[in-house]
Amino acid sequence: MKSRRLFKDNLARSIMWFSAIFCILLVILIGFALFQRSRYILAMKSLADLFFLDSWHPLKGEFGFFPFIMGTLWVTCTAVIISVPLSFLTAIYLSEYAPRMIREWAKPAIDLLAGIPSVIYGVWGILVIVPLTKNYIAPFFGRHSSGYTVFAAGVVLAVMIFPVIIHVSIEVFRSVSFELREASWALGATKWQTIKHVVVRKALPGIIAANVLGFSRAFGETMAVLMVAGNVPKAPSSILDPAYPLPALIANNYGEMLSIPLYDSALLMAALVLFIVVLFFSILSRFALVRVERSSE
Amino acid sequence: MRSRKIEEAIFRGIMIAATLVVLSCSILILATILIKGLPAMNLDMITKTPKGGYYLGKSGGILNAIVGSILLTGGATLVSIFLSLPVALYANVYADKSSKLIAFTRVSLDVLWGVPSIVYGAFGFTIMLFLGLKASLLGGIIAVALLIFPIMSRGMDEVMRMVPKELLNSSYALGATRFETALKVVVRQALPGILSAVLIAFGRGIGDAASVIFTAGFSDRINFSLFEPAATLPLAIFFQLGTPFPEVQERAYASALILTIIVFLISIGSRILIRRYSKHVIK
Repeated sequence: MKSRRLFKDNLARSIMWFSAIFCILLVILIGFALFQRSRYILAMKSLADLFFLDSWHPLKGEFGFFPFIMGTLWVTCTAVIISVPLSFLTAIYLSEYAPRMIREWAKPAIDLLAGIPSVIYGVWGILVIVPLTKNYIAPFFGRHSSGYTVFAAGVVLAVMIFPVIIHVSIEVFRSVSFELREASWALGATKWQTIKHVVVRKALPGIIAANVLGFSRAFGETMAVLMVAGNVPKAPSSILDPAYPLPALIANNYGEMLSIPLYDSALLMAALVLFIVVLFFSILSRFALVRVERSSE
Repeated sequence: MRSRKIEEAIFRGIMIAATLVVLSCSILILATILIKGLPAMNLDMITKTPKGGYYLGKSGGILNAIVGSILLTGGATLVSIFLSLPVALYANVYADKSSKLIAFTRVSLDVLWGVPSIVYGAFGFTIMLFLGLKASLLGGIIAVALLIFPIMSRGMDEVMRMVPKELLNSSYALGATRFETALKVVVRQALPGILSAVLIAFGRGIGDAASVIFTAGFSDRINFSLFEPAATLPLAIFFQLGTPFPEVQERAYASALILTIIVFLISIGSRILIRRYSKHVIK
């Protein structure tokens, strides 16, 4: 009787141990599998050619990722520039100023925003942001545009990453101890001075981590961007140009292009690039958040 | 003295404005989907599969995608539960608090959480090639399970961490093994949180398009076989929107409304479940 219970316990322990190992292995496995599949193109072309050549003609064997990398950077940076200040101010307001009533309503609303599928953001982009860009914003700058632009994709992505940044930022502000604020008020500082000099300074690594998380979410987002960015394989030179980010390139072409091995390999290399960049930023933000936790203890 | 009061007022105003912008964006999205989706909504949309020429504007509905999405995400959620529960239990019951392995596991889960869904799609497809599978329900289940597994594990881990250590110790003191404690004390105590982690993961899975675009394929029929392609709602929206016919595009808006409603029902359902299953929780 006793030995059976102990046997079960030991069996469960090893199964659970293996599943914990599985998480670590999965990261390595994804990296390894993508690398294996992209080795074919890495053997044929130099990295410099792949990253900096401005010609994408798969049928002629030319695989320059430059337009797509620039497309990704333009779209992501536009999104971050729009989203960061707005999310930062909203997070401060909700955690420091807002009356309890507003806070209790705003938080579920922001979580709701986080749960909306990306394809719905894409539909919204096509219905609202694209016509807005076409009819008002582009003509305002004296430009003619279809509306499917870096700007449209940037706005849609900015709205998508609001909840990510705001949610993490509020948590970080909360972890700053109340005594610190009290000490500052006792010295005669106003609420805003306290926020500026005490709360934000204390929370800075965490705020950076929140924004990095938002950035990497925007960086890899596929569906919404695919629907509104315009998908023209040419490096954009202004925010009113169309763009063709890396994730959209993979989504549009993968599967049907298996007959050309080099093309297949090139697309998986694009996936590998996304994976490595996100891996780097996740680990970076993780360390920043751990530092905040330690310093608040 | 007065200048800092003015500064305070100015910044307060800016912050309120920013909050209003953020909140009005969420209202604007919902309003747009509702206004565009409702007029195109009809009973056929949710009770019929596409007939011949559906994508040219003929009759039919998207029942195939609704059923396909639920089957696919349901399967992926099941697979993911069997992966996540052991991870979370190991981290909180078996492992030492200072275990290096668990620290690594948590970092890995964070990394996996951030990996874009298109990468899971590409990786899932690589696995399928390896196993000799074609685009199918099973392929979609693999890709979506990988996508939602870190979300679910992290969610379960967070709630199990909240279970008081005293509760575990009293269970051990009564002679229970760790495994018995894990199943009968920790899981029961954390049940509301576990259910909400499962539902959040389901909600994320059902709305994702990029991971299923080449792993699950698409089909106009409802099929229950693991080895046949299956339709999914996000892709149905995407394809209908991609046609040049206004009637079909309007159906895409109706489909978007259906997907939004499903996601909301899940989110509300998780709140209700949390309340109902809280009765076993010792406070």
